[in-house]
Amino acid sequence: MADPEIKSYEPHHESQSAAVTESRPVRLLLMAVAFAFLAIFLLLPLIIVFHEALAKGLSAYTEALSNPDTRSAIRLTLLVAAIAVPLNVVFGISAAWAIAKFEFKGKAFLTTLIDLPFSVSPVISGLVYVLLFGAQGLLGGWLKEHGIQILFAVPGIVLATVFVTFPFVARELIPLMQEQGNGDEEAALSLGANGWQTFWYVTLPNVKWGLLYGVLLCNARSMGEFGAVSVVSGHIRGLTNTMPLHVEILYNEYNAVGAFAVASLLAGLALVTLVLKTLLEMRYGAEIAATRGH
Amino acid sequence: MTIAPAKAGWRFRQPSVIPGFGLTLGFSLAYLTLIILIPLSGLVWRSAALGWADFWAIATDRRTLNALEISFGTAFIAAAVNVVFGTLVAWVLVRYRFPGRRIVDAMVDLPFALPTAVAGIALTTLYAPNGWIGHLLAPLGIKVAYTPLGIVVALVFIGLPFVVRTVQPIMEEIDKEVEEAAATLGANRFQIITRILFPGLSPAIVTGFSLAFARGVGEYGSVIFIAGNLPYKSEIAPLLIVIRLEEYNYPAATAIAAIMLLLSFSMLLVINLAQSWSRKRYG
Amino acid sequence: MEVRVANVRKEFDRFPALHDVSLDIKSGELIALLGPSGSGKTTLLRLIAGLERPTRGKIFFGDEDASQRSIQERNVGFVFQHYALFRHMTVADNIGFGLKVRHGPSRPPAAEIRRRASELLDLVQLSGLERRYPAQLSGGQRQRVALARAMAIEPKVLLLDEPFGALDAQVRRELRRWLREIHDRTGHTTVFVTHDQEEALELADRVVVMSQGRIEQVGSADEIYDTPNSPFVYSFIGESSTLPVKVEDGQVWIADRPIGLSAPHAPSGEAMLYFRPHDVELLDGCSGCIAGTVAASRRVAGTRRVELEIGGERQRVEIELPVDHPAAQKSRVAFRPRRWKLFPTA
Repeated sequence: MADPEIKSYEPHHESQSAAVTESRPVRLLLMAVAFAFLAIFLLLPLIIVFHEALAKGLSAYTEALSNPDTRSAIRLTLLVAAIAVPLNVVFGISAAWAIAKFEFKGKAFLTTLIDLPFSVSPVISGLVYVLLFGAQGLLGGWLKEHGIQILFAVPGIVLATVFVTFPFVARELIPLMQEQGNGDEEAALSLGANGWQTFWYVTLPNVKWGLLYGVLLCNARSMGEFGAVSVVSGHIRGLTNTMPLHVEILYNEYNAVGAFAVASLLAGLALVTLVLKTLLEMRYGAEIAATRGH
Repeated sequence: MTIAPAKAGWRFRQPSVIPGFGLTLGFSLAYLTLIILIPLSGLVWRSAALGWADFWAIATDRRTLNALEISFGTAFIAAAVNVVFGTLVAWVLVRYRFPGRRIVDAMVDLPFALPTAVAGIALTTLYAPNGWIGHLLAPLGIKVAYTPLGIVVALVFIGLPFVVRTVQPIMEEIDKEVEEAAATLGANRFQIITRILFPGLSPAIVTGFSLAFARGVGEYGSVIFIAGNLPYKSEIAPLLIVIRLEEYNYPAATAIAAIMLLLSFSMLLVINLAQSWSRKRYG
Repeated sequence: MEVRVANVRKEFDRFPALHDVSLDIKSGELIALLGPSGSGKTTLLRLIAGLERPTRGKIFFGDEDASQRSIQERNVGFVFQHYALFRHMTVADNIGFGLKVRHGPSRPPAAEIRRRASELLDLVQLSGLERRYPAQLSGGQRQRVALARAMAIEPKVLLLDEPFGALDAQVRRELRRWLREIHDRTGHTTVFVTHDQEEALELADRVVVMSQGRIEQVGSADEIYDTPNSPFVYSFIGESSTLPVKVEDGQVWIADRPIGLSAPHAPSGEAMLYFRPHDVELLDGCSGCIAGTVAASRRVAGTRRVELEIGGERQRVEIELPVDHPAAQKSRVAFRPRRWKLFPTA
């Protein structure tokens, strides 16, 4: 009679045998081409932002940033993100809960709908609000009668921003919560926790890093969105100008230092986002959903 | 408390002990309706109200056709460039070990994180005739900024991470045993790459291509600075929508948007069908 | 083709996976490399295939030094544990791949490749599945395709890495018999790796028992089971019971008593007594035997296992009794192993 055998495999050796890798010169050549491509297409644009911003010295840079219109653009961008991101967090959690924890008809359709903004041009995302709220729009007349300003005002900018950024949190949470299954929640419920307690003490801690990851991406896009916001904003200086729109205005006025100074703030935000994202992936990669990108 | 008896047959959802279905689904649907469905149906309603003759007139307008051709054409070329270099970058990141790999890997996401307007002015400054790259190309007679070539450059920047991030995970999953099997059967490195690895990667490459392409077609912020925006020559469709809006020509803006959506969706649909067919076949 | 492994050493990042291993494989032989995880059996197989290069030592195919040859030139048929079929190719294309990638005159025409593929499919009893894709096959069928693919290149030697490791028990037994038949019919020199001793003992002409990067013993199933030459082989193959004993004047002692086993050639001193639990003789009286009290008793299928506590040190040892044997119920049992072996404790 055989010993009860525990299923075991020999360790897989990560060897670089000649069978499964290229020769050294080929390797070096491929790496050189890839690095050159990345340097030209990614690194140079990033460098030139800071180079141009500081082209006339540090004092010109700080002066450009202390311009009142620039200040108000920064304030508006922060305000819009402060409204849009929490809204999308609530939506993301809610949609992920419904989709990941339950089986229901039309689930696939709902998931597709959530992805929609990724495949729609940002200009079209802005356009649909103009068609709805504009002077010739469906609700335009009614809004005017009641003195409500949505288009070319902060509410319009917030709406357009919400439209383009709402998939980020949901998309991060849905696969993550699906992978984790319902076991933990069922255990909590069987131990007498109610729905909110289950969510607060069990589900949320399980997905917190994935949630943070989604928030990070959502925030970066909120602050940086250009096309959709540009269509609904009306470009009123000091009032409806976000940072990306302000970059455009300054650039078109041939104020390169001003444009690149504001751009450098946005580039800094992008870098911080990338660093945090990489740190999250390194430390909590296993706890963040497998779907990367966007 | 009463428990409803489980009914057989059609049911909207499978029974579950987890609470909160009504609340979360209700909220999500209300949110989606307000933010997406109502505005989008406004677009559909507007296009429908346009009437076939008007719609056709706008759609076949020379300027519209040129703008669509430029948007789809440059997006196609940029996606093709990204397929080549994006796959190469993914290969280098997955297969080779070198110092700073983590940083290079993180860098690939820059176009996701960098606001498009910033990318637009940075690329324009680089490729302008007196820019860092532009002044090297000028003596060769190559003009990038303010030409369709500039649009391609911007779209390559925007689309790169789509290809890398779709191909990379599939590359990581490739079983080394499969390559070793091919080698024991006598295939050389070139044959292994062309006959074994690429066919295995092609669904991911096609997906990456279509994502980069779809994004490129709709891209606005990074393109308008570098394009030069000459009507009939370097004017992209999203910009034409904006121009028509600024002229208060809502019907034209709506019609162009509807055409763009229709073209993009039908292309994505075809690609999705092809993908699910290949998944069924190859597992 | 004869295969000779001569003083091969293999290190991974300075960590030795094989120490100075030598092995002669005769032409047409079916050899099993058997050992626990990490014993180096897969490494040895991959070295023979050319998937790894030895740190030291050489591997000969016949008289030719194969270590100088690249994997592509070695012409070995390798069957991977997880099949490694090309999933975007049909079964027929998978089998024909090795012929299709050849260059120049050595590449047979397309029709010939197709013919050979269906011939091999007949051999592995999968006729008619030429146009299927791997995803449409069961695990057992995939393994057969993998074998057919490896044989298509008319390999000098056929190497199989845990060929049945990923299959369930039923299919495993079937494929085992079938592999033996194929081997007898085709006569390829075949080496396969397994951690399943039943598989190794049943299937192979000779079994190579490996442990910690070394070959412990090479021999037929009978030799390995009946005359294990090391404590490792004794305990790894089949079941064994052990007791610490002392050897004095050619007699085996436990504490202050001789147990009636004479070992005239064993060196005096501490030693470990090995025997098979079922290969014992039960005694009534005890003058020169091992006696102990029953500490635990378990029914195992057609027999009963009892655990005995021996002597003052309360050493535990397991033996097997017939179910109806009265000794199973007695609190005190005396026995003597019929066949046994001593290994001195260093």
